[in-house]
Amino acid sequence: MNLPRRRFDTLVIGAGGGGLRAALQLAEAEANVAVVSKVFPIRSHTVAAQGGMNAALANVSPDSWHWHMYDTVKGSDYLGDQDAIEYMCRAAAHLVIDLEHAGVPFSRLENGKIYQRAFGGQSQNFGGEQAARTCAAADRTGHAILHSLYQQNIKSKTHFFDEFFALDLIKDAEGYILGAVVLEIETGQPWIIEAKCTLLATGGAGRLFRTNTNARINTGDGMAMALRAGIPLQDMEFVQFHPTGIAGKGMLITEGVRGEGGYLVNCEGERFMERYAPHVKDLASRDVVSRAIYTEVKEGRGCGPDGDYVLLKLEHLGANIIKERLPGIRQTVLTFLHFDPIEQPIPVYPTCHYVMGGIPTNRFGQVVAPYNEGAEEAIPGLYAVGECACVSVHGANRLGGNSLLDIVVFGRAAGNHIIEHLEAHRYHRALASESVEQALERLARWERPGDGESVEELRADLQKFMEQNCGVFRNEAVLEEAVHKVTEIEERLQYVRLKDQSKIFNTARLDALELENLVGLAQAVVRCALARQESRGAHYRVDYPERDDIRWLKHSLYFQGQGHVEYKPVRLKPLTVDTFPPKERVY
Amino acid sequence: MRFRIYRYNPETDTKPYMQDYELAEIQPDMMLLDALEEIRAQDESLAFRRSCGEGVCGSDGMNINGRNGLACITPLASLKEPVALRPLPGRPVIRDLVVDLSQFYQQYRAVKPWLIREDPLPEVEFLQSPEERKQLDGLYECILCACCSTACPSWWWNPEKFRGPAALLWVNRFVADNRDQATEERLSELDDAYKLFRCHTIMNCADVCPKNLNPAEAISRLKHRMMKDSI
Repeated sequence: MNLPRRRFDTLVIGAGGGGLRAALQLAEAEANVAVVSKVFPIRSHTVAAQGGMNAALANVSPDSWHWHMYDTVKGSDYLGDQDAIEYMCRAAAHLVIDLEHAGVPFSRLENGKIYQRAFGGQSQNFGGEQAARTCAAADRTGHAILHSLYQQNIKSKTHFFDEFFALDLIKDAEGYILGAVVLEIETGQPWIIEAKCTLLATGGAGRLFRTNTNARINTGDGMAMALRAGIPLQDMEFVQFHPTGIAGKGMLITEGVRGEGGYLVNCEGERFMERYAPHVKDLASRDVVSRAIYTEVKEGRGCGPDGDYVLLKLEHLGANIIKERLPGIRQTVLTFLHFDPIEQPIPVYPTCHYVMGGIPTNRFGQVVAPYNEGAEEAIPGLYAVGECACVSVHGANRLGGNSLLDIVVFGRAAGNHIIEHLEAHRYHRALASESVEQALERLARWERPGDGESVEELRADLQKFMEQNCGVFRNEAVLEEAVHKVTEIEERLQYVRLKDQSKIFNTARLDALELENLVGLAQAVVRCALARQESRGAHYRVDYPERDDIRWLKHSLYFQGQGHVEYKPVRLKPLTVDTFPPKERVY
Repeated sequence: MRFRIYRYNPETDTKPYMQDYELAEIQPDMMLLDALEEIRAQDESLAFRRSCGEGVCGSDGMNINGRNGLACITPLASLKEPVALRPLPGRPVIRDLVVDLSQFYQQYRAVKPWLIREDPLPEVEFLQSPEERKQLDGLYECILCACCSTACPSWWWNPEKFRGPAALLWVNRFVADNRDQATEERLSELDDAYKLFRCHTIMNCADVCPKNLNPAEAISRLKHRMMKDSI
């Protein structure tokens, strides 16, 4: 096995906000850290986050982390782990300040403090008045944060492997994770990167669905790598549909539009959210608003020639607010719809946005699974943060403004825990050659000659049926069909062939490897969705419309290969405060 | 719709060539990136970078009918046929529309593109008024797509010495930030015949920027600031 080989203390896979925040923590502690990313770091999907990041700074309205915690637990439909949620909400203010110190150009209030806007599902005083908690840099918050984090990392001399695709984790017989086999995209050369700790921060998998707000690179690579390494995925049935994607296209129109005072109307010009969430209306949580829009359209009150969308009105906000606070979405609408949202409402429809589930971790970012004895044992040497992980702070539905928060809080927490781990584990373990061989075999499979189906065809089929059979509303029959279809796709994958066998910057090979990852995840999503016989957060079963806390207040764990789903309890006990017991969720 | 696309695979081609493609079905609101994805469905060997698809990540910069831009926000309806697609000019070609941008990133890193503070950090945020914050508009939105620098003749001639429009825009982003305390250091670092002063105000950068930013103006502000400081 004559591969180029490099050694680091820590290997971070993924250069979005989570990976870069963790790498920064490590680099500043002078740990030897490498970041592998399949795209140049600032191309990661964090760059597209628009609305902002929640923190109880109380710059605009009175606030407390405890209120933020309540909203997050309620938003999660009580499936979130309350210890992790408390940790996140308490750390939030400190971490926003930290980002500001790192140069993030947050929008400002007259008194010079960070501007905060209203967002869905945010309240004061445990369910009272609307809170303004979301710290924003116009509607380019993710862009501002990702660039600042990248800049801090180059300052701190993090080692970057730009445009390297991670193939698989290296795992030894005792279950230690020793790094990864990665593919240098420019040359087609596989490398071994050894590390005492490996952190997965590879983001989401919105590309499972045809219409989505995600970048084309969001193919769940880290989650699929974990599955192949024998690690289960948690709560994969919970896939968030963002209520306001541009109808038919999917580009995100931030919730910040509604936070600034925008609202939804149906073809009768009615503000229909008043019927679904009489108290907070358009600022109900995302699962509630998405279902409302679906219902309006289904019941014939949609807009447009085919009645298949609703309108997001913001003209009344005035040109100034739109230009100053929402310049990015104005540009997006001008570019993709060819009109100015200052003059005309935006056609919107729910579109796949965020995967709440992922690689199970504790609040230190350690990957935990039923391993030897315990149900939540740490996998030695493996960490995960961000959308690819499930810590779980979002439970069954994520509140807007909590994803940027999640990545910086747990990126930093994982960095700190890794520093401790490195102190106790000073040497690299012997390389597990068998595991490397397996990764190389998987790569070699794509060199099979002959004719077959194309990657493109198969991916299009997968995305189409995921949308049809596993969308906002689900039932047993369509989900059974989905399981059947994804299994069929898995079989067809064996017969896909690449015509282009070249080495240098072979994007067809990357597409194939990404499709393989998506298919693995589709199995997890549909099987977990079929198993969960209740409605909770983003998972709505028409045949089981009620939430069922007695049978289903528990996390799903899907294992590849065995194809079965196991369960583990939700951690209902916070760190220092009282539990928020499940109650009916009204907005 | 007809396309002529620059092809070069160093493994098999001795020199680059233009390849013709035709797409039968064009929807009126398609972007160039959608067309490229369809072309790749016909011919998987065509290589190009892309990620977000909505003009915020900066992956798919290329030369479109002679002008640099992002494929994902270029409407097909705005393009004359046959649509000629070439890699960003002046950079080594890795394959097809994919160029080596390491020198571009090198110039970016060389300007220390991060906030520099000498004073100890406060417990809370630095205060910055809305007017001070406004100074950063038109600067911080840069996505490093390299459309500007690779459209700049001065940078074609001296890519290793002239910082180029993108890197200089970033210098100005920090100079304009009242929180940054390294203005003098940043300006004196640029004080030679090349790094800043190779800009001859050709204005290609501002002309092609897909984010409607104006690096030429940022450069001229840096020059003025430097003149003022030297008097």
